[in-house]
Amino acid sequence: MDIRTYLKNNLLYLDGGMGTLLQAKGLKAGELPERWNITHASVIKDIHKAYFESGSNVVSTNTFGANCLKFDESELREIIFSAVKNARQAVLEANTDSPKWVALDVGPTGRMLAPYGDLSFERAVEVFATTVRLGVQAGVDLIFIETMSDSYETKAALLAAKENSTLPIFVSNAYSASGKLLTGATPKAMVALLEGMGADAIGVNCSFGPKGLAPIVKEYLEYASVPVILKPNAGLPNAQNGETKYDISPIEFALECAELAKQGARVLGGCCGTTPSYIKELFESTKHVTPKGILTKEHTLVSSYSVGLEIGKTPLIIGERINPTGKPRFREALKNGDVNYILKEAVSEEENGAHILDVNVGIPDVDEVERLVQAVSSIQSVVPLPLQIDTSNPVAMEKALRIYNGKAMINSVSGKVESMESIFPLVKKYGGVVVALTLDENGIPNSAEGRVVIAQKIIAKAMEYGIAKKDVVVDPLALTISADKNAGLITLKALKMLSEMGINTVLGVSNVSFGLPCRDSVNSTFFTLALQKGLSLGIINPSSREMMKAYYAYKAIGGMDDNFSDYIAFAESTLNEVGKVQKVENVSGAQTKGLVSAIIKGLKEQSAKETELLLGKKSPLEIINDDVIPALDKVGVDYESGKAYLPNLLMSAECAKVAFELIKQRIPAGQAEKGVFVIATVKGDIHDIGKNIVKLLLENYGFRVVDLGKDVAPEKVVEAVKKHRAPLCGLSALMTTTVPSMEETIKQLRVGAPWCKICVGGAVMNGEYAKKIGADRYCKDAMETVRYSLSVVE
Amino acid sequence: MGIAKVKTYQTIAWRDDEIRRYAGIKQTSAEIDALIAECKQEGEKLLDYSLCYQEFPIAIVGDDVDLSFAKVTSRDLAKNLKGANRVIVFACTVGIAFDRLIAKYNSVAPAKGLVMHAVGVERVESLADRFNAELKERLKLKPRFSPGYGDLDISLQKDIIEVLSATKNIGVTLNENMMLSPSKSVTAIIGVTEERCEDKVSGCSSCNQRECQFRR
Repeated sequence: MDIRTYLKNNLLYLDGGMGTLLQAKGLKAGELPERWNITHASVIKDIHKAYFESGSNVVSTNTFGANCLKFDESELREIIFSAVKNARQAVLEANTDSPKWVALDVGPTGRMLAPYGDLSFERAVEVFATTVRLGVQAGVDLIFIETMSDSYETKAALLAAKENSTLPIFVSNAYSASGKLLTGATPKAMVALLEGMGADAIGVNCSFGPKGLAPIVKEYLEYASVPVILKPNAGLPNAQNGETKYDISPIEFALECAELAKQGARVLGGCCGTTPSYIKELFESTKHVTPKGILTKEHTLVSSYSVGLEIGKTPLIIGERINPTGKPRFREALKNGDVNYILKEAVSEEENGAHILDVNVGIPDVDEVERLVQAVSSIQSVVPLPLQIDTSNPVAMEKALRIYNGKAMINSVSGKVESMESIFPLVKKYGGVVVALTLDENGIPNSAEGRVVIAQKIIAKAMEYGIAKKDVVVDPLALTISADKNAGLITLKALKMLSEMGINTVLGVSNVSFGLPCRDSVNSTFFTLALQKGLSLGIINPSSREMMKAYYAYKAIGGMDDNFSDYIAFAESTLNEVGKVQKVENVSGAQTKGLVSAIIKGLKEQSAKETELLLGKKSPLEIINDDVIPALDKVGVDYESGKAYLPNLLMSAECAKVAFELIKQRIPAGQAEKGVFVIATVKGDIHDIGKNIVKLLLENYGFRVVDLGKDVAPEKVVEAVKKHRAPLCGLSALMTTTVPSMEETIKQLRVGAPWCKICVGGAVMNGEYAKKIGADRYCKDAMETVRYSLSVVE
Repeated sequence: MGIAKVKTYQTIAWRDDEIRRYAGIKQTSAEIDALIAECKQEGEKLLDYSLCYQEFPIAIVGDDVDLSFAKVTSRDLAKNLKGANRVIVFACTVGIAFDRLIAKYNSVAPAKGLVMHAVGVERVESLADRFNAELKERLKLKPRFSPGYGDLDISLQKDIIEVLSATKNIGVTLNENMMLSPSKSVTAIIGVTEERCEDKVSGCSSCNQRECQFRR
């Protein structure tokens, strides 16, 4: 029988712990338990058999750590085939009538995924895929991904399972004492991610005892529309006379689990410290529990590595700033691959109160697929907000959805057949909440009713693909009122109709005011009206005070802001900002003289202000040569002589950068540019603080820095140096273990780009070492790199 | 043999002088102090102090040290553990959220990124020191020793992480080049003796990296 069918009307029992039982049978510290499938086959088989005879319907193979990072290919194959054989033998020998299945147990790789570790997402998918394929070949009945404590790794495993089998997939996560995964995801975020990707049962294991897991299980039960798994530890371990004991007895364990079974947990078992006697008690105390029906929940959820966000409860803000349309500086950053520029926008949108960030990086002449993947991975590594991936390129959309750490918003699909056929399969595969634009082959209907008809058509088609109705949000399109005075009214009417039908809506609000003066007032009024008609998501500029005023005031009036805490916090931050500007003015009047002093002291806001003042008096190049560079030189010399320290140098460099950004707007691109400097932390090394410092200083001194990031393959460095015909390349390595990859990079550069001067740095480097591996120069710090680079180009 | 115990801490006392040392600041200023205060305040919310440890019997013959779960050859470790008959092995971390914070400021405000990094180093070192001090209240200890100190191969970290199930217990992982992730994590070995021992070979003075910028 298909386990999914069985689950509809029955509680399903998993097995209990394996590790503690193996230790009792003589597994030594440091010995890999997976090898026992081969060397101690009958021990493993007997454990499986004991679980079946205690009431388990499913046993998991002894393959928790069976992956190609730990074992070579032939051994891995033997381990998995033996493991499945042991479990199958137990099925044959177990003396019970209940239905039995064998699950391929898939545990974490033990490695952290990039960017905080060195395992790339795609490599992780490959590692899991190898294990899954072997398990499928060996003949398992389902795949059980368990004890995952990172959302990203969980996604990689689930994706690998989906792409390499058609078997049912159960996914279970391990939570830390904070009630979140170790890498930050809440239960709600995990439900969004896993259900979105089509897991057949989801839940929790390990962590603590059943009581400790109760709040987490309840959160799963609230949001999940699939069966929920509960597989706790036997409480917490205690060492007694050198022996490990867990603090909950089988009967206590069973009673606590039974309580949660009554509330709806449908897949039950035990983890660390549990034995067949725990499973027996669990079975006995729940066998008369009537399984609670598994209901479809109507929560529209998106998620990030950290939060699960519900759409449709109170209106939310999607930040629109990560979009190059009409922004020359943004376009330049995209062309140069300047990710930090995009990150700054993202961080500022977050600080200004956005809940979701739209990410659009499409411009002509730039590879959108590469840029979108780069932007999404960079933003999701530092900003905890869910992202809305915004591209009309289906290839870019798929790549970005694949590497997204969560359940994304997908912008967008329209009523055109071609659009639906290319986007819906992606929504189905990767999960997501998709934005449906109310236009089709015939254009945009000029009536609310016409737009609603298209919305209904799109939703019906989505459902044919197996996408839940709740995962479609409709954009009834804000058109420019200056082109048609009724445009605003039509949109508002469509919003009202859609809301009344229980459909969530989204709107790019500021389109309404194109061509009009003082757009903020039109936009904010339109926003208020749209919210009043039930708008769920406004795509707006969160740094626009008018828009945020409208938003917070609407929530306060609409009874959606308990104790007015959001409104008051907003009001206070607005007041603070006004106060801050005044304070800076006072300081500047009283204490400092000009840009030079502001940069030396490291005062950012003041540097900006002084630069603006100077721009009225001097030419941009004069400011650079008379003020910015002398100030930097002064701090540089102080740093080298030990009078100033690295943080001082950096604070000044940041001020200089602020000044440059303002000056740049007045001079043609490329002028005053000293040359291109390609910089990277070498392959295998994930430290980048030093590299970022060097980059900042070089930029200050007029170099265009092409930053390839960290853990960069030698070929990539050569490719970039050749592409930009860079006269200079800087490599950083922080660990003795990564110096060989620095040496290899230099070797390849000498062949591929013989003109390029190479300087190296990092904690383990010195002059002698640098010479030995073939570098032109060792630079002990950022200032020395600047001086060396200037000597090369001048 | 048992399994590793897990411990968590709510707070650990701050040492601003250590933050300044790790940030390379010898003489502070109002601006720097303000930045440090800002980093501490912002970082505090994201710190998640956790630790796991286990005790093992050891045997030393010449430079060969049998730690029960791994055998290593290291003159410096053998010297460090002289007189000890068992060790307490531990791994500790302040968690991955702090790495995200460092990465964020590294990208958008490098001076703050640098100070945040220094705060992270101080935090995890203070966490390790706190655990060390707790042990010292009831045991006679040798100075703490970590893989990578002296001639002790850094690859011992792999065995430590595995035997403590540190990945499962506290989320500490190791990459191919033996770097720990979360980056603000520490693994170490502390020898336990029956006799009071002299503590003089500890810290910087026992290390042969004479050019190190953090040397005291």
